[in-house]
Amino acid sequence: MNAYISVWKLRFINGMQYRAAALAGMATQLFFGLIFIMVFVAFYSQSSGQVPISLKDLVTYVWLQQIFLAFIMLWFRDNEIFQLITSGNIAYELCRPCNIYSFWYAKLLAQRLSSAVLRCFPILAVTFVLPQPYRMSLPPSPAALALFLITLILGLLVIVAISMLIYISVFWTMSPTGSTLMISVAGEFLAGMIIPVPLMPLWLQKIAYVLPFRWTTDFPFRVYSGHIPQAEALWGILVQLLWLAVLIGVGQWSLRRALRQVVVQGG
Amino acid sequence: MQNERGPYLISLQGIGKSFKVARRSAGLRQAAKALFVREHAIVKALDEISFSIHEGEIVGYIGPNGAGKSTTIKVMSGILVPDSGSCSIMGYTPWKDRAAYVKHIGVVFGQRSQLWWDVPVIDSYELLRDIYKIPAETYRANLNMLVDTLGLHNLINTPVRQLSLGQRMRCEIAASLLHSPKILFLDEPTIGLDAVSKIAVRQFIKTINKEKGVTVILTTHDMSDIEALADRILMIGKGALLYDGTLSELRSRFGTHRTITVDFRECLQPVDIPGVILLSWTPERALYSLDTEHVSIASVISQLSELVEIIDVAIETKPIDEIIVQLYKEHQI
Repeated sequence: MNAYISVWKLRFINGMQYRAAALAGMATQLFFGLIFIMVFVAFYSQSSGQVPISLKDLVTYVWLQQIFLAFIMLWFRDNEIFQLITSGNIAYELCRPCNIYSFWYAKLLAQRLSSAVLRCFPILAVTFVLPQPYRMSLPPSPAALALFLITLILGLLVIVAISMLIYISVFWTMSPTGSTLMISVAGEFLAGMIIPVPLMPLWLQKIAYVLPFRWTTDFPFRVYSGHIPQAEALWGILVQLLWLAVLIGVGQWSLRRALRQVVVQGG
Repeated sequence: MQNERGPYLISLQGIGKSFKVARRSAGLRQAAKALFVREHAIVKALDEISFSIHEGEIVGYIGPNGAGKSTTIKVMSGILVPDSGSCSIMGYTPWKDRAAYVKHIGVVFGQRSQLWWDVPVIDSYELLRDIYKIPAETYRANLNMLVDTLGLHNLINTPVRQLSLGQRMRCEIAASLLHSPKILFLDEPTIGLDAVSKIAVRQFIKTINKEKGVTVILTTHDMSDIEALADRILMIGKGALLYDGTLSELRSRFGTHRTITVDFRECLQPVDIPGVILLSWTPERALYSLDTEHVSIASVISQLSELVEIIDVAIETKPIDEIIVQLYKEHQI
């Protein structure tokens, strides 16, 4: 079996054993989803002007965020990789005949997938039986669903590529706290995790659109509800692929540079 | 030496490596100062290291703490890029052809772990099998051999976090040998092991060297490891190579001193023998020190036996540890 698939599998199995964490996560995500929706319901009931996104689409948007939280949150981190770098255990990774970038990428991908698989189905089931207006709605067409799945997976690949840059930065900073905090606060805001992108002021939306973050969350979730039409979604997929290529290229290049001057910590 | 055994397997030429180390004195004031001005010192970890190793050798690499042993191992295993010099191992330059080269080597860092902490050992082994693309049959044969010789039967299905240090170390060594490497680098493989595990590990290293012709380079602070294993030792201090030769050469260079402990029937008068230093005397036991270059042990004993009624004699060579300490002192490291 391919080494990358193999490490993916091992990490996946490893992640699947954290049942208590999954249960706690499910409860938290349902709670937050409900709170967010309550806030938006209150806002919408008082608004008189034209709304940029309908309440139904917004509810779906919020639920998708909560269901696929493990796919999209930037602060989701693999302490093992941080420890490898800061403690010097990376020595072992370096004497393996494989590309470290791909190796870590596979690990991170598996971690997010295993975490999401454990949580998404129960939350999904609950959100479909909640009373209105809290109930999650189905996508308008099978095509929208298919496009959603494609964009969601591409978004996942993009987010792992972004988080790889956080890991690589630790070679220079020696502490994961700073890089994680900076990128995750800015990144999650610009991804529409706090205020959905359609509700942002126009100037802020423009900033969000030129950065990679919204392509990981905002874009697939609006494709799901049909808020982004299908033709536009196809262009979006192209943009996602471009971002993916750029981020992976930069990541590979900077990891190579980091390894050339690597100091194995701790003797 | 080169003519007898063919070309060298490993050859290092003038390898140098320095590290930049941040320094500051203790105290709040110094810490505040360091916010604005950082002081760095350049530490020369390796300074023009050159040596060559033949296939099938077991080489002990020794030196005091911070001498550059681990750095050399890391350069040779392709982890660190040296600042200067060249290195050719099996025709590869480790840091340039890293991915192609590391397939042929196994590395054990005694202070680190390569096994996945939360899963049984066998899962880590299977991952390694896939990483190294080990053919199924080779993997099975190697695994069986390693499990048998290192006594891992009860260990490989246990999660790593529940193993003791000695058990884990045996599993680590096995992990580094699954892909039948040609060269094995061991960085302090016996650190923290009990006597039984130490002997098992040593025995095993000897076996794979004899039976599979694996070239072994090991660093250690335990001189008995070196005595039990190494045909040849390289000594490094302050980044420079200080000694390259066999252990017995080193012994004969420094180890001509002997101590003789003699037990005898009560005798109150101390006995002096010319050329021999009397270290202590009690009515029933005496301790002499001598240099075999000047006096032979046989003559000392025969002289003694004429004067006292000997019950027991013990002759001790200077322990290898002391020779090493003397060597360090000689080079002022």
